[in-house]
Amino acid sequence: MKRKAHTVLETRGLSMHFGGVHAVDRVDFTLRENELRCLIGPNGAGKSTFFKCLTGQLNPTAGDVVIRDVHVAGREPHEVASLGVGIKTQVPNVFDGLTVEENIWTAARRWHNAKRAQTLTSDAIERLKLGDIRSTLVGNLAHGQRQWVELGMVIAAEPWLVLLDEPTAGMTHEETARTADLIREINHSATIIVVEHDMQFVRSISQHVTLFHEGAIMMEGTMEEISSDPRAREVYLGSKA
Amino acid sequence: MRELREMKATWIIAVFGILFTLAGPSVLELFTIITLAQVIGLSILALSLALVWGFGGILCFGQTAFFGLGAYAYVIAAINFGGSSWAILVAMLVAAAFAAILGYFVFYGRVSDVYLAVITLTVTLILYSLIRRTSGPEYKIGNALLGGFNGISAPPLNYPWDASAFLFPEQVFYVAMLALIIAYVFCSWLVRTHFGRVCVAIRENEDRAELLAYDTRLYKLGIFTVGAAIAGLGGIFFCIGVSRVTPDVFSLPQSALTIIWVIVGGRGTLIGPILATFALYYLTSALGSQSVLNTNLVLGTILIIFVLGVPKGVVPAISDLMQSRRGRKALRARERRLQRRRPSSTHNATTTEGAE
Ligand SMILES: Nc1ncnc2c1ncn2[C@@H]1O[C@H](COP(=O)(O)OP(=O)(O)O)[C@@H](O)[C@H]1O
Ligand SMILES: [Mg+2]
Repeated sequence: MKRKAHTVLETRGLSMHFGGVHAVDRVDFTLRENELRCLIGPNGAGKSTFFKCLTGQLNPTAGDVVIRDVHVAGREPHEVASLGVGIKTQVPNVFDGLTVEENIWTAARRWHNAKRAQTLTSDAIERLKLGDIRSTLVGNLAHGQRQWVELGMVIAAEPWLVLLDEPTAGMTHEETARTADLIREINHSATIIVVEHDMQFVRSISQHVTLFHEGAIMMEGTMEEISSDPRAREVYLGSKA
Repeated sequence: MRELREMKATWIIAVFGILFTLAGPSVLELFTIITLAQVIGLSILALSLALVWGFGGILCFGQTAFFGLGAYAYVIAAINFGGSSWAILVAMLVAAAFAAILGYFVFYGRVSDVYLAVITLTVTLILYSLIRRTSGPEYKIGNALLGGFNGISAPPLNYPWDASAFLFPEQVFYVAMLALIIAYVFCSWLVRTHFGRVCVAIRENEDRAELLAYDTRLYKLGIFTVGAAIAGLGGIFFCIGVSRVTPDVFSLPQSALTIIWVIVGGRGTLIGPILATFALYYLTSALGSQSVLNTNLVLGTILIIFVLGVPKGVVPAISDLMQSRRGRKALRARERRLQRRRPSSTHNATTTEGAE
């Protein structure tokens, strides 16, 4: 029998208020090892803000974030990332003046010696089929390609916890499908949270989904459970139809 | 080491530097050789800003603070030690230590870029007015009178650990050039190390570097401190070249000039600002010896032309030009090859190959 996976990330009463806007409001969230969790919810539901509280980009107004027994709320982003957390933000966040290869190498080299970093960089480039553009400045790439480079930076660092905020934004159908494959692959060795809009994409990768609404978790369950709940349909699925 | 092998262009430039050093005294007049020491000092200052601003992305408007501190520390230490050897080390350490303390507050306080520029410039100007006020006999450090706006006369360089044997102007020139070449090769190596590459990544996108688990404050502090030590080294040769150190090393025009050298030479290169320093220095002195054109007006015009017309600076612009030419040549060669192989599908093939 497989032993029950333990909690690797937990938030308790996590709140982020911007003046009167309660972007995240008393969220209790639990993530178990090797999970592949999707966060869904309408625009402005607070998903990105929730993410930024996990990664240290925002200092939460209240509450706590615990990653593998380390209290990280209010810590610097590099401290959170140093725990082995790979992060992709919603807006493409890359080194425009560096080549594709240099971007990915910078990520890998943080954790490994020069030789291993080079190997990991080449592997990531191959996996993401970036070989043709490996020496191109990332600033000259199209939006979708920049997303891939950012994914490459995440996998080259070999994180055990991966946080992806809208990784398929701006991608074609085909690219989205490839991203789904890639995420499933990463999931063999890492726990993942993905924020996503594309329902089909969510269905294809996730067993367990968390629905955000107005800064709070409205519902958790499988995609089937959520899409059959009338309230959830109205909040999210209804608004899309 | 991988970095050293990647430095082909650097070694070539260093060889040219060595050739210039060896040939200099036999082709140049003694007077030129003497003034060259100060220009070399200034070019080391430009190099330090090229490192800190061009590669570290730290907009330091007060790089001359470390340059001036280096100069003062060298003179004061050399007077007190009665020799220049240890004084050189002291000067670089003083400049670095001052930068480390200032940088700690600035970077760990997460001061934004614009404020950093203002703060560093302000610190320089504060030093300027403080040092200017040290005219009385009560302002002395050990045996060295600070001398207010008159400054202090700088002890000459001597043979290592033999304070009685002074160097001749040619020898000072050799030492200064050696310092410049070593500093240049060192910077070129540094920006290729893991540390240097992370600094460049931070310049490109600090948030991303943080999210890759790099403590960006530490890296910025590191490159800032190293840059200050190099600026201090420049200060040493500058004051030896003019045989005096005055508060003018901290003055606003000196700060502005340093920024102009880097803009003209090109951010993102190390050799550009060095060459720009030499070129603009001799342009300025040529202009100074005539009365038709106002020197500052010309410098201002050059700056405006560069900011608007060649924003990347001379050296990057030239290398871009060469690269695009080489690229076009390679493309044409490839086209010819393809034409020979399969004449019918030339157009198709080149468009896909262009994506490489
Ligand atoms: N820095 C900020 N300052 C003020 N309000 C913000 C800030 N960031 C997000 N918000 C607000 O918080 C709410 C949640 O935003 P966000 O987390 O980006 O939503 P989502 O990612 O789910 O679309 C929105 O109403 C947004 O306007
Ligand atoms: Mg969002």
